[in-house]
Amino acid sequence: MAAYILRRLIQAVLILIGVSFVTFVLLYLVPADPARQIAGRSATAETVANIRAQLGLDQPFYVQYWRYFTGMIQGDLGRSYLQKTEVAELIAARLPATLQLMGGAIVWELLLGLTTGIVAALKRGTWVDNTLMVASFIGVSAPQFVVGILLLYVFAVLLGWFPIGGYGTFAHLILPSFTLGILGAGWYSRMMRSSMLDVLRQDYIRTARAKGLDRVRIVLRHALPNAVLPVIAMIGIDVGLFMSGIVVVESVFGWPGIGQLAWQAIQRVDIPIIMGVTLVSAVAIVLGNLLADLIAPFIDPRIKLR
Amino acid sequence: MTFGWKHLMGATALVAAGLTGGAGLDGPRGFGPAPALAADDITQGGTMTVTYKDDVSTLDPAIGYDWQNWSMIKSLFDGLMDYEPGTTDLVTDLAESFEVSEDGTVYTFKLREGVTFHNGREMTAADVKYSLDRVVNPETQSPGAGFFDSIEGFEAANSGEADGLSGIEVVDDDTVRFHLSRPDAPFLHKLALNFAHVVPREAVEEYGADFGKNPVGTGAFMLDEWTLGQRVVFARNPDYYHEGIPRLDRIVFEVGQEPIVATLRLQRGEVDIAGDGIPPAKFLEITQDPEYEDFIIKGNQLHTGYVTLNVRMAPFDDPMVRKAVNMAINKDRIVRIINGRATPANQPLPPLMPGYAEDYEGYAFDPEQARAMLAEAGYADGFETELFVANTDPQPRIAQAIQQDLAEVGIEAAITSLAQSNVIAAGGEPDQAPMIWSGGMAWIADFPDPSNFYGPILGCGGAVPGGWNWAWYCNEELDAKATKADSMADPAQADARIQMWREIFLGVMEDAPWVPIFNEQRYTLRSPVLGGPDAIFVDPVHIPVHYDYVYRTDVQ
Repeated sequence: MAAYILRRLIQAVLILIGVSFVTFVLLYLVPADPARQIAGRSATAETVANIRAQLGLDQPFYVQYWRYFTGMIQGDLGRSYLQKTEVAELIAARLPATLQLMGGAIVWELLLGLTTGIVAALKRGTWVDNTLMVASFIGVSAPQFVVGILLLYVFAVLLGWFPIGGYGTFAHLILPSFTLGILGAGWYSRMMRSSMLDVLRQDYIRTARAKGLDRVRIVLRHALPNAVLPVIAMIGIDVGLFMSGIVVVESVFGWPGIGQLAWQAIQRVDIPIIMGVTLVSAVAIVLGNLLADLIAPFIDPRIKLR
Repeated sequence: MTFGWKHLMGATALVAAGLTGGAGLDGPRGFGPAPALAADDITQGGTMTVTYKDDVSTLDPAIGYDWQNWSMIKSLFDGLMDYEPGTTDLVTDLAESFEVSEDGTVYTFKLREGVTFHNGREMTAADVKYSLDRVVNPETQSPGAGFFDSIEGFEAANSGEADGLSGIEVVDDDTVRFHLSRPDAPFLHKLALNFAHVVPREAVEEYGADFGKNPVGTGAFMLDEWTLGQRVVFARNPDYYHEGIPRLDRIVFEVGQEPIVATLRLQRGEVDIAGDGIPPAKFLEITQDPEYEDFIIKGNQLHTGYVTLNVRMAPFDDPMVRKAVNMAINKDRIVRIINGRATPANQPLPPLMPGYAEDYEGYAFDPEQARAMLAEAGYADGFETELFVANTDPQPRIAQAIQQDLAEVGIEAAITSLAQSNVIAAGGEPDQAPMIWSGGMAWIADFPDPSNFYGPILGCGGAVPGGWNWAWYCNEELDAKATKADSMADPAQADARIQMWREIFLGVMEDAPWVPIFNEQRYTLRSPVLGGPDAIFVDPVHIPVHYDYVYRTDVQ
């Protein structure tokens, strides 16, 4: 087990170095000149050249990457070109908001996904099942910014039940976390349904039923624990799913997380921030997957970690 | 200046589609007529909430250079010169008085007495020198260093060879003298730029690269709180040297708020000013609603949107063709596309700028005449060309209107819609972009002097690779005239100098390297609890709002 974890961590580090390199190359190839962007149009050619030199942007690619790399392994992600603040500080200030949003989204996923999945499985083939599965299909395929904007319009603007975007209280969290969670809820619902149907077909359920146990007890005590485990194992992988979602959801709802930071940085070609958020996302995805793999054997003893 | 009106992202446009025609949202406080007050019996107090979409960039006056932090910095710091609030009229600020030598190369400023920094220390002439030395020091990476190139010793200081500007002399604590290497007529305007605002050395050295997040100035407000990604809070500077200013106790800048959301919250009474302006999708709804009539303030800006015609690329090397293009484009229709938030332009200078030629008629829209001129130039069957445009709304729509107008006279213009930075890059090459619609990247003056509308965008000096003179226009005669105009630093010659600039821009129009399209106007929607002269809400210099002079009607 320890050897496995160690090996996975080494892999993770290699993956992160790879991600940093690829991202750096891609941003290096962006045709925009950051020095010109920073200098603005009133700057003289000398000023632009000076800023380029000060930022080391006149150095060859490998020198620039090496400088970034050595900083990165010491936790130094550089300074934002436009905000002039340390990227690590900018990300650290916004990470709690993003984690809160993800936490809320996981609650929605499980709440909606598991209940609808169970109900659909129990009502298999009926109109309830069909309706729920159509709903979950919509959840999986609806673009998040459309969902977010509709929710914002109906529940915040028209009905006034929630604040119009922003951050701070529990009420602020409900709509954005729902929007972020609905995609996963759709997946969970479908997985839960099939997993439940699978379990319900097992011999031990038939035995329980034969014993004359009541239906609720069979489902909750006997079927659910087995059916739910494979679904739970997916949470780690959700992190990757969320990373793309937060950019949209945070922008729509004015949520001060790293997704909004990334979106602003992309619009203003603030390369150090784009690099930083990409790396943090990569770390989150790698850790999420590692977590999912580590949980797997506890859920299904047939799985062995090698 | 890199100010450019913000463009909404797709998502916002969608919110808008859902929201237009939405219920009339009466704020709890209601939009009723605001009481008018005389300037001197205004009670200080209260808080104002301003929203922005983007994070606040650095508040270091040497570095900050976007239209969001521009006015914020002006409230935290001061310079020797400033402008009468709501106008483009220069006044002294940290300077009490000044003298200019007869040849226009020596400026001596007497400083206002008893001005203190937010840290309590008194501001002296040495601080003025330190602040400018710092701006031209290459390590500061100031975008504005070049503005001060007329000060003696600029080259040595800007290249890092010298420690500071030899041309700035600290005569005594209250007196500072500038020696210029050449007369520089707009020099006083340059001293009113944020880049020349005065900073205390000890605070800059204490915070280093984080000074922009821990600003210490002499301004009307002091930084009270900065929660990254959420809010910046200013508190009143109780020791501010302008009595009764600022009017407010606090300003809360909330960031990360889409303009559409900000406008909705303003209508509900949760926000006082939406800093990004009224989003296009809500514009007609709000401007046509009589409820908001008293609270929408319209102002001119020092902005011109234009199409550049690359004079080095055929057939735009022929002035006749350029004039024909000028007559082919229907500017009124383009103004309608942006909901009338602009006035059609016929010359490079905006109407607010001294030197604007009011009686100039320009090239009136006349497709028939345009066709005749094209025929005369040998293009009776028209020609094919390319129009570059930034790919954010509404720019491509404007480009399409231009394309249709050109088609009417036989010119087939293909639209190349690219990211803004790529358009800028293409414009900086001599042979890439025959035509560019400047929307989103158009010139907004750094200071209200016509010289700022010439050099980089129409002068020979700007017609270099990586420059901003996208027409690649270079008229040496006009360049010489410009140099001469800017050497007329004697205040007695001011009118003659402005007249000269007027002639220069009319001379440019003779050659027609641009099609001036429109001058954008700014609209600010403010909540009913705010008071103050209308002009400060669309201040041409303290963009977008002159925060120091806003007051709250409910504390009166």
